[in-house]
Amino acid sequence: MFPPVPNPSTGPQSPKFGEQDLMRRSASNVTPPAERQTEVAKLIDVSKCIGCKACQAACIEWNDTHPEIEENVGVYENPHDLTPDMFTLMRFTEWENPETNNLEWLIRKDGCMHCEDPGCLKACPAPGAIVQYSNGVVDFVHENCIGCGYCIKGCPFNIPRISQVDHTAYKCTLCSDRIAVGQGPACAKACPTQAIVYGTKEEMKKHAEGRITDLKSRGFANAGLYDPPGVGGTHVMYVLHHADKPEIYAGLPNNPTISPIVEAWKGMTKYAGLAVMGVAAVTGFLHYMVNGPNRVSEEDEEAAERLTGDRSS
Amino acid sequence: MSTNTESDVGKGNSVHPGKPVMVDRYTGGARINHWITAGSLVLLALSGLSLFHPRLFFLSALFGGGQLVRAIHPWIGVVLFFSFLGLFLRFWKLNLWKREDGTWLARVRDVLTAHDERLPEVGKYNAGQKLVFWSMSILIIVLITSGVVIWDEYFAAYTTIEQKRWAVLVHSIAAILAISVWITHVYAAIWVKGTIRGMVRGSVTGGWAWRYHRKWLRELVAKPPAKDEKRTAAE
Repeated sequence: MFPPVPNPSTGPQSPKFGEQDLMRRSASNVTPPAERQTEVAKLIDVSKCIGCKACQAACIEWNDTHPEIEENVGVYENPHDLTPDMFTLMRFTEWENPETNNLEWLIRKDGCMHCEDPGCLKACPAPGAIVQYSNGVVDFVHENCIGCGYCIKGCPFNIPRISQVDHTAYKCTLCSDRIAVGQGPACAKACPTQAIVYGTKEEMKKHAEGRITDLKSRGFANAGLYDPPGVGGTHVMYVLHHADKPEIYAGLPNNPTISPIVEAWKGMTKYAGLAVMGVAAVTGFLHYMVNGPNRVSEEDEEAAERLTGDRSS
Repeated sequence: MSTNTESDVGKGNSVHPGKPVMVDRYTGGARINHWITAGSLVLLALSGLSLFHPRLFFLSALFGGGQLVRAIHPWIGVVLFFSFLGLFLRFWKLNLWKREDGTWLARVRDVLTAHDERLPEVGKYNAGQKLVFWSMSILIIVLITSGVVIWDEYFAAYTTIEQKRWAVLVHSIAAILAISVWITHVYAAIWVKGTIRGMVRGSVTGGWAWRYHRKWLRELVAKPPAKDEKRTAAE
């Protein structure tokens, strides 16, 4: 068992990270701090999850969101999907293991993965609307957000949601406001089976190793850690009993990367586009400089007068 | 063979002999239509560019900030689409490709060095203008289509994220091309003196028509004199 994050002291504390720890800031250049803070991570052990949704309740309570009350349509997910008011969601999959013919109930807590290489941040056009701290937290800064939805296109996990109320994007913050003062994320704090644990990324990897060894000894030969290298690793990781098939966990992407379409749009197109428009403008200017204006001559006017004169006579 | 209909020379176009000869080129309606299109295109370019490159985000201040750019840009796009549709319906016939257009285009060197006397006589539009017209027509269809796909406020639910990724890439490339075509269009109007007057006041001089659109001028002159067509009734 991983020791839970201890309760913090009740005295006021200054936050452990802030502006000075920004590694990346959307649509702006920042000088990353010389020294990186210890990377933090949340580890979600899917094999231990009982689907109680305490994490969802804690998330709603801490973030003070008010998800709409929906109709029961006969599935366990509630609400039906991530929303601007629901940053994390238990996704339930009934999967029949072809090797054992056993029905396995796979429950995955979905939410922002806090990628080391965040697609949302790369796609964002608004300066400072998405930031990445050197401890790995990717956070949305609502006063800078313009609600364009580019982050949705950048995200390989389909996480951000735009609020129709204030027209800004919402997602899990990894409880950046809690962890800055030494508390664990609300979901981890609430989890009754310690399926969600929080600590440094190294600690989490080590803890996952122990869990994976245990799962393997129980017959889950493909148990493993989900820390996808395609996005540089994530700061929310999963222990999966079937790590070779992440997609069976409600479509968890196998080897996610930032879409090449997004990379082309935010890479080549951005620079080539400015170049093409610039060349067009400069070419026009140079042409004028060299050739001067194209003017109608006296002879042209006279020719026109002769032509029309023929008609009127 | 030489039955000149309105569509060969343009609606309301006529010659007024005198010194200099004046030629009506654009009706008031056509001009208003054009300038609404032009204004919305400029606003679209400025607001679109502000979201295209971080260095240009400052342009969003012209519209009252990023949130407003996000909200307004698509609506200006709708205005442009319908406004351009008006121009398209007015001018598409005059922009059909003719035999002399190939020759004109082949002598692009003479075009650029202002040796207009070496070019074939052309109608109301030359090949360059026709290319601007058709490329803008195609690009605006591409822009409005891809634009609707990424207009998340109203249409987010109708397409997949993958389709939206393609749409945003296509939208930005089409916009770059449209802005480049627009630069060409504006430059040509500045370079060829007497052109802007045609779209502002509606008329050009006879010499201008003789030099750049002689076939059009000949057709206008050959047109039976408009007895019952009063000048003010052009529209």
